[in-house]
Amino acid sequence: MKRIEKTFAKLKSNDKKGLVTFITAGDPSLEQSATILNALPQSGADFIEIGMPFTDPMADGPAIQDSSLRALANGMSLKGVIKMVAEFRESNQDTPIILMGYFNPIYTYGTEDFVNDAADAGADGLIIVDLPPEEDAELRVPATKAGLDFIKLLTPTTKGARLDTVLQNASGFLYYVSIAGVTGTKSANIDEVGAHIKDIKAKTDLPVAVGFGIKTPEDAANMSKIADAVVVGSSIVQNMQDNQKDSNLPTIIENQVSALKKAI
Amino acid sequence: MTNIAQQQETNLNSFTNGPDENGHFGIYGGRYCAETLMPLILDVEKAWHDARDDDAFWEEFHALAKDYIGRPSPLYFAKATTEHLGGAKVYFKRDELNHTGAHKINHCLGQILVAKRMGKTRIIAETGAGQHGVATATVCALFDMPCTVFMGEEDVRRQSPNVFRMKLLGAEVVPVTSGSGTLKDAMNEALRHWVANVEDTYYIIGTVAGPHPYPEMVRDFQSVIGKETKEQLNEKEGVLPDSLVACIGGGSNAMGLFHPFLNNPSVQMFGVEAGGHGVDTDKHAASLTGGSPGILHGMRSYFLQNEDGQITEAHSISAGLDYPGIGPEHAYLHDIDRVNYVSVTDDEALEAFKLLSKLEGIIPALEPSHAFAHVIKMAPDLPKDHIIVMNLCGRGDKDIFTVAEKLGIEI
Repeated sequence: MKRIEKTFAKLKSNDKKGLVTFITAGDPSLEQSATILNALPQSGADFIEIGMPFTDPMADGPAIQDSSLRALANGMSLKGVIKMVAEFRESNQDTPIILMGYFNPIYTYGTEDFVNDAADAGADGLIIVDLPPEEDAELRVPATKAGLDFIKLLTPTTKGARLDTVLQNASGFLYYVSIAGVTGTKSANIDEVGAHIKDIKAKTDLPVAVGFGIKTPEDAANMSKIADAVVVGSSIVQNMQDNQKDSNLPTIIENQVSALKKAI
Repeated sequence: MTNIAQQQETNLNSFTNGPDENGHFGIYGGRYCAETLMPLILDVEKAWHDARDDDAFWEEFHALAKDYIGRPSPLYFAKATTEHLGGAKVYFKRDELNHTGAHKINHCLGQILVAKRMGKTRIIAETGAGQHGVATATVCALFDMPCTVFMGEEDVRRQSPNVFRMKLLGAEVVPVTSGSGTLKDAMNEALRHWVANVEDTYYIIGTVAGPHPYPEMVRDFQSVIGKETKEQLNEKEGVLPDSLVACIGGGSNAMGLFHPFLNNPSVQMFGVEAGGHGVDTDKHAASLTGGSPGILHGMRSYFLQNEDGQITEAHSISAGLDYPGIGPEHAYLHDIDRVNYVSVTDDEALEAFKLLSKLEGIIPALEPSHAFAHVIKMAPDLPKDHIIVMNLCGRGDKDIFTVAEKLGIEI
């Protein structure tokens, strides 16, 4: 069984919901980023999303935009992201890692090379924001072949026939974007999200994780009632920005993550 | 039988079939968008295709193009230029005489008519030099629709007259500080805003770029330039032009001039990119000459980027050409060698700006000054019966401050 599937199965058998935490690779510094990544599982992260920084993150709000630019200024690259994953896997064989980002750096790296290198390093899935179903075959087919799950984004506008289109070829889990907007901005309307997830669940057996706009343990608690997992990104990244000079940064992030985990 | 066979052969050899149904020109173009936008992008495509097939839509477009924009723009034989250069016969397509002073108004008018058909009630746009922002604010005033224009902080500073114009026209101008604070960031910010306002908002993209159907739609609105040129030159000279020359940032004015001639094999075409300090430096905006294929702003095309696929800064003396990408149809025409893409430097464009002002009494924008700089290079060596048509796509009033500063003159 693949790591993502196994983790969801385990959560389900314990009657628990999952916590997905997002960090940008290389932010706020290369060293701190690796330290924080390695500590995420024991703080309570069931899944880890690693942002692959890009100069022009068109679906992200200010917090993740800034973290991407910081990471790039620190010299982070796709090669660096893959190396971080490989080093993480030296001590952790259980926590799934999902790489999230934009297509251009992957296209420039070489699509086939990238999926093979990412899979070899121990990554489990990909979320590529600017590859809708109309354009995703170019990466999805080799990624699936390399053993990576190709995780689809569903949004408040993914309704009717569009929902069927997006669900085709989805694997791993579904990432439900709870607001029409960029990361870390508005808060979601939980009733609308709940109703939409119900429609989605009627059409697929894949687990559904909800993200975008989930900031506090309270948000996470509410969202975990209607989803299989919740994703927290911008507020963790923002916390890193606010405390990047603090030598206790890893502990600050550990505390934030364990508070989120306790809430769900 | 013969007819069908002939028709099939013509279609096979046609350069004007693109894009395919998914918006691809060869491998370029497409729809590389966040899922939130996809249903809306598909709606825009449907509304545009319905409009394209509706005679009433074109009647309204052409009536306003005539009485509001002032089309057709003249095709002017540049006698003094021709004599000065001593070779080819040079004509200017005078799109700088349009209302608002540039070709941008052509696609703004077309797009706002599409937005109205979709029942959208507010408009957003990105702008670099401010020409597209002014043109968008203008059609929004005309149709009484609220308008928000995203403009890089750096461009707000260097194009202050256009910021003031947009505000006079009733638009809200949002300075963009994210990223590098230039045109590409303004486009990112407009896309982010659109994602959050999909219900009521239409995005008027300012060039033949972005996700399908924008490259096709903007091209078809701008093709009025090439269609008029074909008729006007036929009237004056009874022939097709030998060469077409146009400047390229995103590539809207060039696509508009070139497209109606793509299937006339005798017509040579030159797209002139902004070479900045030189394409062998890191300060230019020549995506085709100095960039590589990639994916940004909803499309696959050529972009300025580093070896890790990170987008790099463009530079040009002309804010309207200062974009690190190019429309996907140009990328395709480049790869199949139908159009010649060349570049001229800031300094060459500046010299061309001065020369055109003195020779013809026309102060050109810095964008078509790039096209003119190439005409200066090519015309002297060509025979006297060789006809060049250059798209004079914008007037230079907006650039006098930049030029004065560059020349060390205080005004």
